[in-house]
Amino acid sequence: MTAALSAEEIISQLNDKFPGAVEEAGADSVLVKSDSLLAAAEYLKTAKGLKFDYLNYITAVDYYQYFEVVYMLTSLENNHSITLKVRCYTRDNPTVPSIRGLWQGADFQEREVYDLMGITFEGHPNLKRIFLWDGFPGHPLRKDWNQ
Amino acid sequence: MVIPDFALNAPLAMQVTPADWPGGYWWHWLFFTIIIIAFVLIMVMGVIYIERRGMGRMQSRLGPNRTGPFGLLQPVADAIKVLLKENIVPATADKVVHWLAPIIAFSPVLMIFAVIPFQNGALLADLNIGILYIIAVSSVATVGVFMAGWGSSNKYSLLGAMRNVAAIVSYEIPLALTIVGVIIFSGSLSMNQIVVAQDIPYILVQPLGFLLFFIAASAEINRSPFDLMEADSELTAGFHTEYSGMKFAMFYLVEYAEAIAMSAIITTLFLSGWRGPFLPPWLWFLIKTLVVFFVMVWTRTTLPRVRIDQLMALAWKFLFPLALVNLFITAIEVIFWPDISQWIFVGVNIVIAALLVILWSKLFKIGWGRLEV
Amino acid sequence: MTTTRELVLNTEPFLLNIGPVHPSTHGVYRMRATLDGEVVIDIEPVFGYLHRGIEKLMEERSYTGCIPLTDRLDYVSSMTNNLGYCMAVEKLAGIKVPEHAEYIRVIAAELQRIANHCLAIGAMLNDAGALGTPFFYLWREREKIYDLLEMLCGQRLMHNYMRIGGVSQDMPEEFLPALKKLIIQWQRFIEEFDFFLKQNEILIARAKGVGVLSRELAINCGISGPVARASGIKRDLRKDDSYLIYDRFKFDIPTGENGDCYDRYRVRIEEMRQSLRILEQARKQVPEVPAKAELPHLVHPPAGEAYAHIEAPKGELGFYIVSDDSIAPYRCHVRPTSLINLTALREMVRGWKVADLIIIFGSIDITMGEVDR
Repeated sequence: MTAALSAEEIISQLNDKFPGAVEEAGADSVLVKSDSLLAAAEYLKTAKGLKFDYLNYITAVDYYQYFEVVYMLTSLENNHSITLKVRCYTRDNPTVPSIRGLWQGADFQEREVYDLMGITFEGHPNLKRIFLWDGFPGHPLRKDWNQ
Repeated sequence: MVIPDFALNAPLAMQVTPADWPGGYWWHWLFFTIIIIAFVLIMVMGVIYIERRGMGRMQSRLGPNRTGPFGLLQPVADAIKVLLKENIVPATADKVVHWLAPIIAFSPVLMIFAVIPFQNGALLADLNIGILYIIAVSSVATVGVFMAGWGSSNKYSLLGAMRNVAAIVSYEIPLALTIVGVIIFSGSLSMNQIVVAQDIPYILVQPLGFLLFFIAASAEINRSPFDLMEADSELTAGFHTEYSGMKFAMFYLVEYAEAIAMSAIITTLFLSGWRGPFLPPWLWFLIKTLVVFFVMVWTRTTLPRVRIDQLMALAWKFLFPLALVNLFITAIEVIFWPDISQWIFVGVNIVIAALLVILWSKLFKIGWGRLEV
Repeated sequence: MTTTRELVLNTEPFLLNIGPVHPSTHGVYRMRATLDGEVVIDIEPVFGYLHRGIEKLMEERSYTGCIPLTDRLDYVSSMTNNLGYCMAVEKLAGIKVPEHAEYIRVIAAELQRIANHCLAIGAMLNDAGALGTPFFYLWREREKIYDLLEMLCGQRLMHNYMRIGGVSQDMPEEFLPALKKLIIQWQRFIEEFDFFLKQNEILIARAKGVGVLSRELAINCGISGPVARASGIKRDLRKDDSYLIYDRFKFDIPTGENGDCYDRYRVRIEEMRQSLRILEQARKQVPEVPAKAELPHLVHPPAGEAYAHIEAPKGELGFYIVSDDSIAPYRCHVRPTSLINLTALREMVRGWKVADLIIIFGSIDITMGEVDR
């Protein structure tokens, strides 16, 4: 099955609805500002023609100047997908709004990002460490973590 | 040897020794006690071998074949291993209850064998209430199991023991009712008389009764598909999780001895016990018991396990009404046509059994569904 | 069917730890279940017992050196893990795979799918209490698949076979005739196995209607693979986001309607049949050209990022790789199929009993290596 909408069309729709939220647009990914993440995600989920009802994965990458949280969304009925990215520039207590309320699949994955990268998700009902034990020092997947 | 007064002039129940037995009452008692204990212990080893090897072959693997020729000494190896193991008791367990439980579970099983006829007149005590004695005594083993579950101070054991008690109590009733069906035909409660009265084996005359009895017996002795009391994949061995060494051996023994006991009872009640041409009667008895046990192993290997509420639903909604109907039909047959040949009953009963089983299984639903929590 | 429960007795719920060491938890998985008698009220999963830091380890190894690490993710089906990773790196570096290698990859992946479903179905039936009989039959057939895979790469389990740009070595000459023989044997076996189990009363009573996962919840949680297809989501990455050469083969996507354990079981059986179809077509179409593109020894993709996903036997397995123009990945994230499939477990088991909890958990088919990484 071919994709219904290409990434540029989706990004341009997003840009029209939320002007100023989109910082960068890549080939198939879009970088949004962290405070408009929830609104953009909800729009993507519910808007007719977009209908991104399936969350593929959430992960985070540590580029030394910032953390980048990557979300990939797919629409099952239209069969197109888009990658959303959010950056946080602090290293001490980076926070990003949680999308668990929209997609329940974010539950364990956001806990994993919190556990291994140390990014706090506001609004997550049960944000505790998932793989490591509670008193574990530090967040291992960060680039500056040494055991 | 001086025969005590009370043996000579005793009330009826004690004069169980056949008049021509050499040596009188006490030699008879000693001989049969030794025979029964030897029989049970050796047969347990034999059936453990049959089960493990039979189950292995049915699962397209080999089963034990290293210890001794064809793995025949495997149960001996198991027995030695279990005797040499350390006896671990959990620290918070109730010591007395924990220690008593295997004994209370095992003794009734041995007692059942006192009234099972190996040959015409060859039993420890030819009680004229034979089958009633069996039903009464076999229920005591439940107490032992429950003590084991409680005394282990382990939630898994407790869950297993509770399931066990609920199931055994429920299955007593269809068990007893189908036995009454047999008794109506044979006219006597004594086990020996039941065998003597079976010109046609009762499995043909009472097919529905046999089926119900087999299912209820399998549930009573915790064999698959009703072995959720010791469901390995759910509760890591249920009520005997915390037992090791000789006590575990007792529970293991109980399971197989009860299986042999039930097979022997089925043989006596339904397959005409020791009767048969050509071979000596005790050999017939042995062969039939082993065949019944083999069928039990067969069902164990083939079927998955039922859930506890499905188990209870099976007992109360399926077996109990069918046992009542069976009893009713048997009673009508015996009262209204006491003189006609039993082969007519065979035909009629087989048709009725088939109809009832098919009808009933379409009519009711097993188990609850999901509960609202 | 749900029933409301009036608490006639005053009971209090207790906490049962279905611990990391348990015969049925498919690895080291711990659930803290709150039970009210037999009914599960709540479960809280505890992960991390097999966390090895694979994602961090990948940052220190070369791209080719990460392939053995991916074997150990879903240790039951290593070929598909390798495939996903290699596809992600090839997408990042823009490497094109020769056609002969693509055919070998498809054959290896479909063989792995059949082998994985053998384990999934066998383990689920083992949890249901079928004491290993279907498990052993499936395992016997899985050994035949292992023989073929051993012919390809020399290893039975941790294959480490795919390389970036192709496969590590070509098929030996005896591979295709052996594959032909295996397909014939397997087609007969699947019919026989399905015939045994499809109408088994006890399996239907245990699995039908149990652990229903609704379509909406499945989509919201991001469930993929046979679990999602059994709930009615008709999504299979081999058709929806076609990779390798799957668009040349004709096969169907089996879906279920109710999303209960029985549907998940049937979907897996049907998928095995469809995999055999793909294997038959692939076997006939394999071209005769060398297998591995000529690549430098150390793969050195340009800076950038790529995500590639495949339809692994358990669901959508994806690899998100970020590269910074060095010989090791900057960041490699594995989309954990089993962890995401477990998101809905809590909703699926509430209100069912302990025995159902075990069978529901078995029907989701997870591997802790993928959950914990």
